[in-house]
Amino acid sequence: MQPLLKAESLVKRYAKRSLAGAREELLALDGVSFTIFSGTTLAVVGESGSGKSTLASCLACLESPAAGNIWFEGKDLVKLGERACRQVRPQIQLIFQDPASSLNPRWSVLEILVEPLILQRKFKREEMKQRANSLLERVGLSPDIVGRLPTELSGGQRQRLAIARALALEPKLLILDEALSALDCSVQAQIANLLMELQSSLGMTYLFITHDLAMAAYLADEIAVMNRGRIVEQGPAEKILKQPQHETTLRLLAAMPRITRSALPAVEQ
Amino acid sequence: MTSVLEIQDLHVSYRSREGVLCPALNGVSFGLMPGEIMGVLGESGSGKSTLAVSLVRLLPGNGEITQGAVHFEGKDLLQAKPEELQQIRGRRISLIFQEPSLALHPTMRAGEQVRQVLAAHSSPGKSALNERTRQVFAEIFPEEANRISRSYPHQLSGGQRQRVLIAQAIVCGPSVVIADEPTASLDPATQMEILGVFRTLRERLGLAMIFITHNPALLSGFADRVLVLYGGQVVECGPAETVLASPRHPYTKALFQSIPAVSEGRGNGRKTRLPVVPGDSSQSSLPRGGCPFEPRCTERMNICREREPELVNLSESHVVSCFKYEG
Repeated sequence: MQPLLKAESLVKRYAKRSLAGAREELLALDGVSFTIFSGTTLAVVGESGSGKSTLASCLACLESPAAGNIWFEGKDLVKLGERACRQVRPQIQLIFQDPASSLNPRWSVLEILVEPLILQRKFKREEMKQRANSLLERVGLSPDIVGRLPTELSGGQRQRLAIARALALEPKLLILDEALSALDCSVQAQIANLLMELQSSLGMTYLFITHDLAMAAYLADEIAVMNRGRIVEQGPAEKILKQPQHETTLRLLAAMPRITRSALPAVEQ
Repeated sequence: MTSVLEIQDLHVSYRSREGVLCPALNGVSFGLMPGEIMGVLGESGSGKSTLAVSLVRLLPGNGEITQGAVHFEGKDLLQAKPEELQQIRGRRISLIFQEPSLALHPTMRAGEQVRQVLAAHSSPGKSALNERTRQVFAEIFPEEANRISRSYPHQLSGGQRQRVLIAQAIVCGPSVVIADEPTASLDPATQMEILGVFRTLRERLGLAMIFITHNPALLSGFADRVLVLYGGQVVECGPAETVLASPRHPYTKALFQSIPAVSEGRGNGRKTRLPVVPGDSSQSSLPRGGCPFEPRCTERMNICREREPELVNLSESHVVSCFKYEG
């Protein structure tokens, strides 16, 4: 198998200014390295503030890391100029937690779907419409909804639409940043199945960012556990779940709500 | 024991832009016992948020309560005058919403936001107000009450903001708290922490709670009873352990199966599909005869399309609305 993406000791700092004006530095990524192979899923799990979303922004070329390399198909994304970066960006697409806020509320489904195609300036009008229809079908939506606004869709339909838009430019890597967390449990399962279907039919590669270890284990081949900007444990999904080593993993597992559980941790005193 | 809040045959509809009435709640009835945590489980569109706001008549302008009664402290809230309702809302029955960052004023210190809730409902004098606010903060934030109370919302974490909302909700000493997805935007560890706060409050203050969520796993070990809403109707209601461990309604069963279990994993690396509830919940909102879940149900029978099932008693405390269990 070919590694599709390889991150080497990524570092990202944010300046944090307190009210008093004192400058502090927040190390959001502190030497993160990993490899994603083509056609597989890597899940990155961690608590809020562990650096998961910063990692996503760096991989999608939305932020540039202070140090480190991101190798994507033999090119180092960190060192690419603006022009070269434009060539690579369509191949890495992001899907966010809340489809309601990542879709323009005033645009119809069709407008949302053709925008990435218009930006590429490669397609004729008719062709774009056809593509939009086939994208909708691919994610299990009826082409009849092209005229609707995002507000007229259910949460699950909106997330399917966000996935369809991300697929419009035939990316190689999809970064899913908490893409299931805002959905109902039953809808989560439907979207999770859709992601797996797309992976087997299109050979998609996913970076799945979540705090839901159960879903991570379900979707991913490998899991990387993050804490304070570092990957503290990484391995096959099965192994992370059954033989967790690091205390962060243990803590995440202990905090997972599960149906069979008889009692919560002791009542606070 | 008599219930502190008694909901009888509640019907709520929304008027669409074209003037058509769309039913959101279709005859919901249940009683809430003092000190009880009632978990209300449902997916989007099931009517669970409508339930939360219609109990204290905070429906948006196009919402209408068409039928039913909500008895609280000897009054029917649905018939109460606006002045009477103001005495109850926020003081005897309070609400906690999902998004703590939207529910808080961005440029007001946390302490002041809690103090104002108290001031709006009583006028005990400045020092008494401050004293009570301090007490509530000390209760909810045992470790850093002072710092939090002087902070602005943006200086607080999601969990801390949610605790400020809880402080607002309990500062007037209510007997019922209605929480609509209060932990949905938090990570699992913080979710558990907030559930812990609720449990502590229930034990100390004897609060009764309606806890609305779409995640059944949160209710396990937390709620006393679980009520499952589907298409604006109660499809199942019973003791939490019973419903969560052995659900009876086909919807409840399908819903629980669609959640991947931590212990299972995928096994030998093969990717299998998650069992899903087929179809879409929006199908159920269409007014039609028959069981609301029938179009998505895998165990449907002929009768399911003909008329609506009644609630059947499986045991003294466990009811389910499905023809499978009708004698």
